[in-house]
Amino acid sequence: MKYITEFRDGELARSLAAAIAREVEPTHEYRLMEFCGGHTHAISRYGLSDLLPANVRLIHGPGCPVCVLPIGRVDHAIKLALQHEVTLCTYGDCLRVPASEGLSLLKARARGADVRMVYSTLDALKLAQANPNQQVVFFAIGFETTTPPSAVAIKQAQALGLKNFSVICNHVLTPAAMHAILAGDGGKLLHGFVGPAHVSTVIGSAPYEPFARDYGKPVVIAGFEPLDVMQAILMLIRQINAGRAEVENEFTRAVTAEGNRKAQALVADVFELRDAFEWRGLGVIPHSALKLREAYAEFDAERRFGLEYRSVPDHQACECGAILRGEKRPQQCRIFGTACTPDNPVGACMVSSEGACAAHYTYGRFREHSDSPLPQAG
Amino acid sequence: MSLKKPNYIRPLDLKNGRVDMSHGSGGRAMAQLIAELFAAELGNPYLAQGNDGALLPPPGGRLVMATDSHVVSPLFFPGGDIGALAVHGTINDVAMMGATPLYLAAGFILEEGFPLADLQRIVRSMAQASRDAGVLVVTGDTKVVEQGKGDGVFITTTGVGVVRDGVTLSGDLARPGDRILLSGHIGDHGMAILSQREGLQFDASIVSDSTALHTLTAALLDCGGQLRVLRDPTRGGLATTLNEIASQSGVGMVLQESAIPVRPAVDAACELLGLDPLYVANEGKLIAICAPADAPRLLAALRAHPLGTDAADIGEVIADAHGFVQMVTRMGGRRVVDWLTGEQLPRIC
Ligand code: SF4
Repeated sequence: MKYITEFRDGELARSLAAAIAREVEPTHEYRLMEFCGGHTHAISRYGLSDLLPANVRLIHGPGCPVCVLPIGRVDHAIKLALQHEVTLCTYGDCLRVPASEGLSLLKARARGADVRMVYSTLDALKLAQANPNQQVVFFAIGFETTTPPSAVAIKQAQALGLKNFSVICNHVLTPAAMHAILAGDGGKLLHGFVGPAHVSTVIGSAPYEPFARDYGKPVVIAGFEPLDVMQAILMLIRQINAGRAEVENEFTRAVTAEGNRKAQALVADVFELRDAFEWRGLGVIPHSALKLREAYAEFDAERRFGLEYRSVPDHQACECGAILRGEKRPQQCRIFGTACTPDNPVGACMVSSEGACAAHYTYGRFREHSDSPLPQAG
Repeated sequence: MSLKKPNYIRPLDLKNGRVDMSHGSGGRAMAQLIAELFAAELGNPYLAQGNDGALLPPPGGRLVMATDSHVVSPLFFPGGDIGALAVHGTINDVAMMGATPLYLAAGFILEEGFPLADLQRIVRSMAQASRDAGVLVVTGDTKVVEQGKGDGVFITTTGVGVVRDGVTLSGDLARPGDRILLSGHIGDHGMAILSQREGLQFDASIVSDSTALHTLTAALLDCGGQLRVLRDPTRGGLATTLNEIASQSGVGMVLQESAIPVRPAVDAACELLGLDPLYVANEGKLIAICAPADAPRLLAALRAHPLGTDAADIGEVIADAHGFVQMVTRMGGRRVVDWLTGEQLPRIC
C-alpha cells in the first residue's frame, strides 16, 4: 500500500518538475523517447507532459507488444484457428488486433474459430493436457519480459511428452528495435531514452551500453511509476546538458547490470535468433526476434503446420509506422478518433492501453481542442 | 403472490430442501413456498391482501417509478448479498429523482436446484433491508427455470416514490460553474465483489457499501439550496456517471484527483487487478451537482449524515462543447476521464 502512494506523491512530482524546469536550457530542445508502452501509459494517465517545460518533448516508442505485431503474424494465428481447427490461445490484448480481410482473432471466434484468452502460457499448456485429441497453439508475443514464461511452457511440454501443444513465437528484442530507430531518422530526432523497466529486470542494463557509446544517446532505465519517469527525465536532462551519454539506472530497486541470469539461460536454451523479423512500423529488422531451436522443433507451430510468412501492408490511412518510429504523433493520423477509436481500432496502436494512439485517445485528446478550457491545479 | 393456501401436510424443508420446477408452476408447491418463505419473511398488510397486485392509498404528489434487475455473482459478498442489494438499488434510483421511496415490488427468477436455505437467507436479508429503509415490498412474483438456465437467483425490483413539491432534479440540469459533490469513498462495492471472486486477501478486507441513500438525499433536499442533479455512480463507476451527466447537460467537467476519496485497500486491489477505481461500481454513494453558492452548505449536510461523513467537493462543471470530463491528476498533470471502453466487469450488481 504505502509502496504505491509513495511513488505517486504529488508534492514530490511538483518538486521534480521544478528541478527539471530549473535545469533545462531554454534554447535547447529535448526530445526523449520512452521506449515502453508501460511508460506511455503512466505518462498519459498522470498527465506528466503537463509538468514539463514546452521544450521537453516525450516521444512514444515501439515498446508495446501488440503494436509492433505485423498483420502477417496475426493472419497466421487466424488461419490456424479457422482452417486447421486448432484451439488458439493468446493474451487478451491480441484478440482485437486488426488483421487481413477485416478480421481479428475476436472476429474469427465469432465465425466459429476456437480462440481462447489466457492469462499465462501455462493455462494454454493445461488446456493441451486436458484435451489430448485437440491441437492447442499458443500465440506468444512480447519483449524479453514474456519470453521466459514461454520457454518454461515449452520445456514442460517436452518433459510431459505432449504431442498436441505448439507455439507461434513472436518474441522480439528491445535492443534490436532501439538500433533500428537510431539507425533511421531517430538518430537525428532523439536526444535520449527513458529505458524499459520490466525488460531491464531480465536483460539488465548492460545491453544499452552501445546506444550511449556508439550513438551518443543517454539512456536512463526507469520504473513504471510516475515519479520514476519524472526522475529519469531529470537525469536525462542533466546528462544532455553536461554533454554526457551514459547508461544510468533510476530503477535500482529492481534492475542490475547483468539482469536475471537464470531467465537468460532458460531463454537461450529454448530459443535462438531469427535472421530477420518484420515489425509493424519498423519494417524488417535483422536479428530482432527469436524462434525455437532445432531441439524443440516439434513445438514450433510454424514448422508443425507449415506456415509461410506473407507480409501484408497496413491500412493505407494508418500512421502507426511513423508513430512507432517517433516521427509522428497520434493526432497527426487523419483517421484518429474518427474511423479509428479504441472501440473500433483500425491500427494496432489503438488496441492496447499501452499503444500511443489508445493512450492519447483515452487520456489526452482534449488537448487538440484548443477551445476546450484548460483547468488549473486546485 | 397469493397467500391463502393453509394446511400443508408437511412444512417446507428449509434446511436441506431445494427449489424444483413445481415451485414455479402455480400449484400448491408454489403457494407453500410463498406462504412459508416469502410471506413469512416479508409479511406486511399489503402482501397479506393476497391478491395479484397491491391496492395502495393515493400518494399525493408526483410519482417516480424505477426498476432494476440484479444478477450479481457471487450472491453473498462482504457487506451484503443480492437480496439487500435489490432493495437498495431500486430505493436509490427512486431517491436520486428527489423522491421519497414508498413501495417496492420484487420479481424472482429461481434456478431449479437452488438451496431453499440460501433463498431464505436472501429473502430474510431483503426483508431486513426493507424494514431498515421503511419501504415495504408490497407485491411480487416467482418463476423457476431449469437447471443450467439461470444462476441461482436473479431479482428484479421496481419502486415507486413521491417527489416533494418544488423539487426537480435531472441529469440535464448541470450548468457551468456548478460544483460536483461526492458522498464518500469510491470503488468499495465493485472491489468487494471482485476480491471475493478472485479469491484475493488484502490486509484490510474490502466491504461493499451497499445501502439505501434516501435519508441522505432527504437531508440534502431539507437544505433548500439549488440542487440540480443527483445520481448514484453504480455500474461503470464515477467516471461513467459523470460522463453521462456531462453529455446530457452539454457541459464539461474538471475533477481534482486528490479530492476524490479512495480507500487504500481499494486502491491496492485495483492496482493488483489493473483497474482504475474511477470505473469501479458503488452501491451506496451519490453525486450531487449544485449551484456554487450552495455547495458549502450541501457539503456540510452530507458530512453531518452518517452515510456522508467522507463527502468531498471533487470538482466543477465547465462550459465545453466537446463534453470532456477532465481531471487534474495527483501529479498535477491533466487527463481525460473517458467513457469506459473495452470489457466492462460483468455481473457486478
Ligand atoms: S489512429 Fe488508428 S490508424 Fe491512425 S495511427 Fe493510430 S492506430 Fe493507426
